[in-house]
Amino acid sequence: MFDFLQDYDLAGAVWTTVQLAVLSAVGSLIWGTVLAAMRVGPVPLMRGFGTAYVNIVRNIPLTVIILFASLGLNQTLGITLGGGGDFETINFRLAVLGLTLYTSAFVCEALRSGINTVPVGQAEAARAIGLSFGQVLANIVLPQAFRSSVVPLANVLIALIKNTTVAAAIGVAETALVMKEMIENEAQLLLISAIIALVFVVLTLPTGLFLGWVGKKVAVKR
Amino acid sequence: MSSVLYDAQGPRAKRRNIVFTVVFLVALAAALWWVIDKLVEKDQLEWAKWEMFFTGTEAWSTYIWPGLENTLKAAVLAVIIALPLGAVLGIARLSDHVWVRVPAAIVVEFFRSIPVLVLMIFGLALFSEYTSVSSDDRPLYAVVTGLVLYNASVLAEIVRAGILSLPKGQSEAAMAIGLRKNQLMRLVLLPQAVTAMLPAIVSQLVVIVKDTALGGAVLTFGELLASANTMSAYYGANTIASFTIVALIFIALNFALTTFASWLEARLRRSKRSTGAVLGVEDVDDINAAEVGGPHKTDGV
Repeated sequence: MFDFLQDYDLAGAVWTTVQLAVLSAVGSLIWGTVLAAMRVGPVPLMRGFGTAYVNIVRNIPLTVIILFASLGLNQTLGITLGGGGDFETINFRLAVLGLTLYTSAFVCEALRSGINTVPVGQAEAARAIGLSFGQVLANIVLPQAFRSSVVPLANVLIALIKNTTVAAAIGVAETALVMKEMIENEAQLLLISAIIALVFVVLTLPTGLFLGWVGKKVAVKR
Repeated sequence: MSSVLYDAQGPRAKRRNIVFTVVFLVALAAALWWVIDKLVEKDQLEWAKWEMFFTGTEAWSTYIWPGLENTLKAAVLAVIIALPLGAVLGIARLSDHVWVRVPAAIVVEFFRSIPVLVLMIFGLALFSEYTSVSSDDRPLYAVVTGLVLYNASVLAEIVRAGILSLPKGQSEAAMAIGLRKNQLMRLVLLPQAVTAMLPAIVSQLVVIVKDTALGGAVLTFGELLASANTMSAYYGANTIASFTIVALIFIALNFALTTFASWLEARLRRSKRSTGAVLGVEDVDDINAAEVGGPHKTDGV
């Protein structure tokens, strides 16, 4: 019953999914933090840029971004991201780029919502007892903001894991693409779907449970 | 300008801000210059690549409008089917009976943890194997099925959160005057919850509209992105221009929806007739996975 699985590289596909998710998660955490810093900072131009970026990127479908990365950036403008002539490497990197650019808008919003949960009185009290700007940020505001960002960030990560399937649109051999191949070639629709569903449940559910638990544990009681 | 992070600025901070602004402006200009240079190098900014969108209606009437129509059709169908399903699942999750609550919770958590694309691929194969739906209609059916399965479970969480957001006094008062559980839900909680969750539902629409593009890219469903692809090929690999126009349409559509949702939320928060319980635009993201498998709140209902 499971014989047909040997003809497909399902383990490799799941590994590609995990790689896509981890690399994009790291990338979007960095770029999203920069964006969040711009959006809450005192420089009006940077604030404008951060706001515009988030509002534009959030409203474009991820599929459009990833397809554009392949058809526009790669095939029209000839950007290869150092992938040489290897089609698979280039598309994988373009998918990571697309996922990163898209997800960082959501990371930025998650971090910002964390900062917004800190009552203004906290910073005012800190300034009133004579702490400097750096001390207010490092000792009072950011520790509280990070704690309440855990749950929103966990949601972004889970959405990211599910969004890696969009890379199938540009032919990256991840789980959804292999599922499509298997369904087209084998008469085992329900079994294949159940296996793929299980893969994603295993990837997302423990992540959500664990980070939800962490989020509750570190939450600031107000 | 002052916020939780920084105070009103003195002369030194103001000078520093000007330096930051100039540096950032230079970096931004350099990036823009690089993009424009690259586009010019590949002849992408020539008028011939863009004129079809501004002169004549062929590009719009042949490709863009029909594509947009399909996008909206799939999105609207998905919402109309997913809403009642979501309401039933959401209310079932709040049931007093374990044998109703637990299966509903399993269904909701299961479909929420699976990517929409996987559900769509499943739907496509399902319709071609077990039904007689013609192969022209199958992509639409598959896209709607995928969207419904996923969004019904998200809407179920919105409904549940909407009902839980109502003050406890509402159900206590209803029980005190002797309403049955069914009447309590039907006459007291649901009507208020529907208003409270309207903004959240509208902003879920944005997610649905964005997800229809998946059907175009992977399932050959003729929505906006797919027709942009065909259009690009028709005008001679005109990718940059076609994708820019399509992205702008998506941005305009979704920005309008988001703005409408925020306006609704603000209006509901101001309204004096309600209990003030509102499920806001931002809250949708939080329910999306905040309580994946978490404790099931059943108090009050």
